[in-house]
Amino acid sequence: MIAPFKVSYRQDLLLAKTPAAKASYAVLLVALAVIPLVMGEFYVGELGGLFIFAIAGVGLMLLTGYTGLVSLGHAAFLGIGAYAHAIMLAQGLPFLISLPLAGVITAAFGVAIGVPTLRMSGLYLAISTLAFGSIIGTVLQKWDALTGGFDGFPVRTPTILGWKIQGAIGTYYTSLIVLVLVIWLALNILRAPLGRAMVAIRDSEISAQSMGINLAVTKSIAFGVSAGITGLAGGLYAHYVRHLAPDSFDILLSIQLVTIVFIGGLGSIHGAIFGAVFMRLLPQAIAMVRDDLPFGLGRTPGLEPSLFGLILVLVIMFEPGGINGRWMKLKHWCKSFPLHRRAASRRQKSYAKSERLR
Amino acid sequence: MSIFVADEIAMNFGGIRAVEGVSFAVEPGEVFSIIGPNGAGKTTIFNMISRIYTPSAGRMMFDGADITNVPPHTIASLGIARTFQNIELFANASLLQNLLIGRHCHSKVGLLAQLGFTAAVRDAEIAHREKAEEVIEFLGVQRYRDQMIANLPYGVRKVVELGRALCIEPRLLLLDEPSSGLNVEETEEMGHWIGDIRRDLGVTIIMVEHDMKLVHMVSDRVMALASGRILALGTSSEVQNDPEVIRAYIGGAPA
Amino acid sequence: MESVVGLLQLIINGAATGCIYGLIALGFVLIYKATEMVNFAQGEIMMLGGFAAYTFVGIFGMNYWVGSGLAVLATAAFGYLLDAVVLRRVIGQPQFAVVMLTLGLAFIFRAGAGIAWGYDSVAFVTPFTNSIVRFGDTLVLGADNLSIIFGTLVLCGVLYLFFSRTRLGIAMQASSQNQLAAYYMGIPVRRVFSLIWAISAGVAAVAAILLVPVQMVDVNSGIVGFKAFAAAVLGGFGSIPGALVGGVVVGVVEQLAGFYLPTGFQEVTSNIVLLAVLILRPQGLFGQVIRKRV
Repeated sequence: MIAPFKVSYRQDLLLAKTPAAKASYAVLLVALAVIPLVMGEFYVGELGGLFIFAIAGVGLMLLTGYTGLVSLGHAAFLGIGAYAHAIMLAQGLPFLISLPLAGVITAAFGVAIGVPTLRMSGLYLAISTLAFGSIIGTVLQKWDALTGGFDGFPVRTPTILGWKIQGAIGTYYTSLIVLVLVIWLALNILRAPLGRAMVAIRDSEISAQSMGINLAVTKSIAFGVSAGITGLAGGLYAHYVRHLAPDSFDILLSIQLVTIVFIGGLGSIHGAIFGAVFMRLLPQAIAMVRDDLPFGLGRTPGLEPSLFGLILVLVIMFEPGGINGRWMKLKHWCKSFPLHRRAASRRQKSYAKSERLR
Repeated sequence: MSIFVADEIAMNFGGIRAVEGVSFAVEPGEVFSIIGPNGAGKTTIFNMISRIYTPSAGRMMFDGADITNVPPHTIASLGIARTFQNIELFANASLLQNLLIGRHCHSKVGLLAQLGFTAAVRDAEIAHREKAEEVIEFLGVQRYRDQMIANLPYGVRKVVELGRALCIEPRLLLLDEPSSGLNVEETEEMGHWIGDIRRDLGVTIIMVEHDMKLVHMVSDRVMALASGRILALGTSSEVQNDPEVIRAYIGGAPA
Repeated sequence: MESVVGLLQLIINGAATGCIYGLIALGFVLIYKATEMVNFAQGEIMMLGGFAAYTFVGIFGMNYWVGSGLAVLATAAFGYLLDAVVLRRVIGQPQFAVVMLTLGLAFIFRAGAGIAWGYDSVAFVTPFTNSIVRFGDTLVLGADNLSIIFGTLVLCGVLYLFFSRTRLGIAMQASSQNQLAAYYMGIPVRRVFSLIWAISAGVAAVAAILLVPVQMVDVNSGIVGFKAFAAAVLGGFGSIPGALVGGVVVGVVEQLAGFYLPTGFQEVTSNIVLLAVLILRPQGLFGQVIRKRV
């Protein structure tokens, strides 16, 4: 196994640490840029949706994977971002102002829900964000004057510098740009003091405090940033669905978002992307084999959620590192081939650890 | 002038008096040890100094300023660092990251600058890294630099926790049972480090410790506690030979 | 006079719904106290209990009491297996991993129930369906709601006796308080935990059967599990009487909100109560504050 040779501290702060990594990301970006030119509209649309979920996944990863705060109400932030953006567009605000503003508004909501829940951890936080999500869902449904109630309203097609953002291709490119931007932001946070403070809070609140980390402020910022990023995803989601309706932002969506983070692998930005890829590909895969399944299983309405459930259960039981963990092990195996030792990827025995007191 | 003064501090949990009216003063540059049987209130005193608990009564002064009611996250930037009895490291981060978190109280970059990772943030990060590398070198843990804490042996973790506290560049260092869980050689090594920290870095140390050999080796003065009260205060030999202290440890009829 | 009677009826109906919340919350609390796991699939286990009872009573045509008893036993056995096969393996993983795990299980149960029993609402005739009880001349109450309240009280009495008088019950309490000490005392802690899962699944099945005269069973019945969170949190999430009282409070407040406030408020009442409690008194009405020792 060859470790990169380091010559300066600055090198450790680079986003792509080796020339090989730099090259592979460049190739990936170019490939993503030309995809709409060669692939059909349907696939481009689906990929656009994937980018949107990846953005939300990165947002939630910062909160859950790095700060250790679980939110089961992130669909609400997606919804707030979507409605805020769509309503501002309808009022005639240009896209380039409306989308960031939607992010800021959602971030404010994030801080607002973050502050009262600061004293809670783990379980209580999960439950209270669940409650928050369902309250927002009801508000979107009942506040007719603002949201158009149960029927919702169509989303206006905006223009950026004269270029119309419409159809699959428009959503694809805007989402890709925002995704790249969001990943850059997330990586900046993670290599700066804020990211370390978040990780510190995740691993031990009490010693984080003794290191001079202000728990309340850091958690609020984490909530705000996470919600803001999810709000951006929401704004793009409005264009993806083209017609906003409140029932798309329910508990199921929240759970899908957390599933992205879990299946992808907690504590890694790669994981958020892998999770989103998985989450969006599974329905396609199911659609392909649906007709060939025995016993009419393919026509069962609950097939998709139950498969998500099953995979979630299996991942947590057998691969807590998620797809990213499996990927790292695979990379390690390739590098050390044929000298791989089984023990290197064996999980340590873990014991029940109380989280009542943190 | 004393660097730290505790004036009649007391701590009640419900009806239980863990610490009642303890006063002591720590002089700059000394190693001040607190000994006593389990439940004597040693760690409670540490938790009061690091402001995890608020004393029920009394006052604490650090460097002439009253710290009885300051928020717990400001303690580090005042120059007080601590370690924990059972190690409270950030287990899923690398050793280097743990040390860099120790630098947190020295970071002054704004939120927006961090989001954009400006040149100022980068330069500050490099400065923190240099400081952390100094500590890595001081403790000789270079080969573990990029390893996850969860994968390190207990003895190394104990050293890393000391290093993390040093990254704060404290003037007062609180060590909560630095030798617990260490074998004889590791304890000896810990003793040398404590000596080095005091001598080379000029840090004042308050230490809670059970291992009397270590206490004897490094301490200037020793305070013996039992049931939340001071039994004796003096040099290590004076305290070890104090009849009250012997009785508290070995038992016997109360005086 | 009319309005007083109306109010009383409202409160009794609310208390009956609240008892159901309380019973599910009881299941959360039993499991949480023992294993620190939170079972987000508790509502779905209740749904499965309802379908089990429907199978025995509605499809096989058994006597109500016999069929219900069998359904409770079957659900309890299911709970035991769930712990022994799945949850025991994730001990030591972070708490929210268990949250996600049980959420995943909830999806599987829902789909499984859909495949086995279909997606239509089902019900069966119980001794309490469509009968009323009169108190004096004016107060008329449904036997269904009264049976829920009465059944809950009886069940609580039985559980109380079980936990305070039987060897197994006391072993369960001991294991909940200190696993290690209980283990050293020779208590088979793992099996005891599985039995606790069995009891909480059984309690959920009882709740499902009591609910049948009021509300039909379908794959989405498990949604009440989320409302039961409010009950458990209100009670401090560690207190068994607290869970029941919390359930009744949530049920009654929800009824009153549905009657006196504009539409839409009723469905969020439990969530608002939940958030309010967590913000104002995070330890719940009956909980206590404990801090980590360092």
